[in-house]
Amino acid sequence: MSLNLNTIISILFDGLAYAMFLFIVSVGLSVTMGLMGFVNLAHGAFAMAGGYLVLTLTRSWGVPFLPSLVIVFLVVGAVSVIFERTLYARLYRATELDQVLLTIGLAFMAIAGFTYFYGPSPQSIRLPSYLTGQIEGGFRSFPTYRVFIIAVGVVLIAALWYVFERTNIGAKIRAAVDNRRMAQSIGIDVDRLFTLTFGIGSGLAALGGGLAIQLVGLSPSFALIYLVFFLLVVAVGGLGSFKGTLVAALILGIFDTAGKYLYADAGGFFIYAIAMAILLIRPAGLYGRE
Amino acid sequence: MAVSDASLAPAHARAVTWLTTRHHWRWAEALPWLIAIAAYFVFPDRMTFGSQVLIMVLFALSLDLILGYAGIVTLGQAAFFGLGAYTVGLLSARLGYGEPISGLFAAAAVAAVAGFLSGLVLLRYRGLALLVLTLSTTILLQEVGNLFKDFTGGYDGIPGITIWPLFGVFDYDLYGHTNYIYCGVVLFVLFYVVRRIVYSPFGEALAGIRENVNRMHAIGSPVRWRLVIVYTIAAAISGVSGALFTQTNAYATLGVFDFDRSAGVMIILILGGTGRLYGAFAGGVIYMLLEDYLSKASPEFWQFGIGFVLVLVVLFARRGLFGLVEDFGGRLRKPKP
Amino acid sequence: MTAALEIRGLHKSFGALAVTRDVNLTLERGARHALIGPNGAGKTTLVNLITGVLQPSAGHVLLEGEDITRLPQARRTRRGIARTFQINQLFRGLTVLENVYLAVAERTGACNQLWRPAGAERAVIEEALAHLDSLRLADDALRLVRELPYGRLRLVEIAIALALRPKVLLLDEPAAGVPSSESHLILDVIAGLDPDIAILIIEHDMDVVFRVAKRITVLVQGAVLTDGTPAEIVADERVRAVYLGEEAHHG
Repeated sequence: MSLNLNTIISILFDGLAYAMFLFIVSVGLSVTMGLMGFVNLAHGAFAMAGGYLVLTLTRSWGVPFLPSLVIVFLVVGAVSVIFERTLYARLYRATELDQVLLTIGLAFMAIAGFTYFYGPSPQSIRLPSYLTGQIEGGFRSFPTYRVFIIAVGVVLIAALWYVFERTNIGAKIRAAVDNRRMAQSIGIDVDRLFTLTFGIGSGLAALGGGLAIQLVGLSPSFALIYLVFFLLVVAVGGLGSFKGTLVAALILGIFDTAGKYLYADAGGFFIYAIAMAILLIRPAGLYGRE
Repeated sequence: MAVSDASLAPAHARAVTWLTTRHHWRWAEALPWLIAIAAYFVFPDRMTFGSQVLIMVLFALSLDLILGYAGIVTLGQAAFFGLGAYTVGLLSARLGYGEPISGLFAAAAVAAVAGFLSGLVLLRYRGLALLVLTLSTTILLQEVGNLFKDFTGGYDGIPGITIWPLFGVFDYDLYGHTNYIYCGVVLFVLFYVVRRIVYSPFGEALAGIRENVNRMHAIGSPVRWRLVIVYTIAAAISGVSGALFTQTNAYATLGVFDFDRSAGVMIILILGGTGRLYGAFAGGVIYMLLEDYLSKASPEFWQFGIGFVLVLVVLFARRGLFGLVEDFGGRLRKPKP
Repeated sequence: MTAALEIRGLHKSFGALAVTRDVNLTLERGARHALIGPNGAGKTTLVNLITGVLQPSAGHVLLEGEDITRLPQARRTRRGIARTFQINQLFRGLTVLENVYLAVAERTGACNQLWRPAGAERAVIEEALAHLDSLRLADDALRLVRELPYGRLRLVEIAIALALRPKVLLLDEPAAGVPSSESHLILDVIAGLDPDIAILIIEHDMDVVFRVAKRITVLVQGAVLTDGTPAEIVADERVRAVYLGEEAHHG
């Protein structure tokens, strides 16, 4: 495909939509990893669960699309807190290997479970009519759904930015990410803070999963295939950094889209190559510490 | 301040004895090999499966060197397995070369070079960065393989692999007897090598790196070089296990690079116990038996089952089967007056 | 004659926070030099800068006249600098013998041996045992480090440092936390050390300092307040005010 203005705009637009999806799912993972140092490889499974839950809500229970996104945010967020209190909390002092193994085990169980109930093939949902079709943007049109995703992303970014930079809770989170022991010694209940951020982060992942159905497709293998991308975003952005996750999601999302547009066969390369290049230069990520 | 043998205090004598006899073969070590030999006679119709068990044990052994002994957590060991598998496969399918033993050496060499180069670069990193980098390298290899699918056969696999008879004499029977013995011998040889490394001063240094890498720097140890060397050796052994895989299956696809394989071999070590040489044996047998049994019901059943077992082991039997045995043995020994 | 260790204008900042300020220090061969100062003065940071755990923002570290400022920690150790850590850094899952064996084996290059068993290195084993003997640790040789009481662990720290046969030895509070019944052992060991080794000891216990040190440097907030003989330091009003005054408060 040749590189004309139209192609560039398509790449930027689609890349932006993809980046929003990556950001929404990854931000929770980045903050919880930065806060507790806990490697959660089941995060992709939370996103997948969100997707399947939206599927069931819209298809079998007749819940409209937008409310179902909110519902999965709340439900998966709440369920994740149960997991956190019963399972994850026991491994906070454990080695990284233990955390990797526990969460891989959970991911396997989730994938197997969803395959059993929904089958291994990719699923799709019917979007409400106002989200289908194209929007006229002057000189060209843009798919409405992707505009919607970008809009959701922008709203969430603004909301999260506000929470992080302007509220008490946000300040506490930033302090605890920066130096957990010091934060504890000035009276911040880091454990409770972690449970809260974990719940919200997992809820956001589920929401992202719901959005992803009509963007990249949904199947049980989603949990592991996209986990790699979420890990790339978190590693490249830097653990615990809101800004880092956003920048990384934009870079990786746009480069991946560009690669797939311009080099159909080899397109999958780009995201890994870029991520590795950045990590080799800055192992702690773009906005990571030490 | 030399102390002569004759005047060694009892404490000295005990210490010297312990360190100088530590590496001697113990009777119990014959057990896994006897079991492997017995399996040949007791289950003659399951020898194809038996070969795959031996191959996974070898693969797990190579990972134990870096994970159990040096303490490095990576998610990319399948890269070397895959490189070994494809070296043998492509030698046969593209160059018509199917001699098995030299194929093993070729696979080991290719994997070792890859291990050395990637180790030089990647072993500077730890934690999430290392996990992500090793995982990405493996996926990239898979993507490269797919890119050149005319040459590699892509996800459909390498077409037309023929492995020549061993030593030009032993042909491969339908029941896989030759293959089983072949894999068993290779496993024994490489196990012997790994065992010597583990009990050597170098192996002691690996344990030091695992226990306290800061201290190792402070005693002047060239930590990164030690890690690169053990990583290269482990890569070579992984490559051999991949080569055996292709040789025994006469088939290989890009699935050899799958995350499932890297995760699976790690699970084997956790099941059996890391850093214990024989953990790979115990874990490998358990894992393969579970997979064989559970996936007969359905692949989801297997995936759920192994995930569940993994969670249980991490929570309750962290040091694996050998850890449980040690704990049990400790409890038996306790009630002494 | 070149000094064993020389520190020139050593400076270290973390952002706006200067933790080591323009420190100059010289250790002659055979020096018995103490570094004292209130908590947070930056004594351990200085040791970290000397050994290469930290890189300085400015200044130089010279070992026997050679500039080692750019060398990483392991290389400096191989050139002859050994240290003990204030907080034990031992191989907890290994036996005491293995802990010291590793130090000897790394020094002699035995650790490059991949094939012959560790038990075949008789010279290394003998030397490791000799070091254990000098610290009365021979009976604990086969015990795992994590099973030992704290006082014995401090001794293992020292044994490892000695096993490196250093030219310069940095002891970071070697007797801290050691019951008085055993701390005399540490003092005896230090007193009996090769007179050619240059020793820098960080200590809070003034008895230990006055027994061991021929010169004392006082560090306050990362900078050298003064240095001199023990008599001079005791007599120095400023030192009393800043540091010995703390002792008076604690009784």
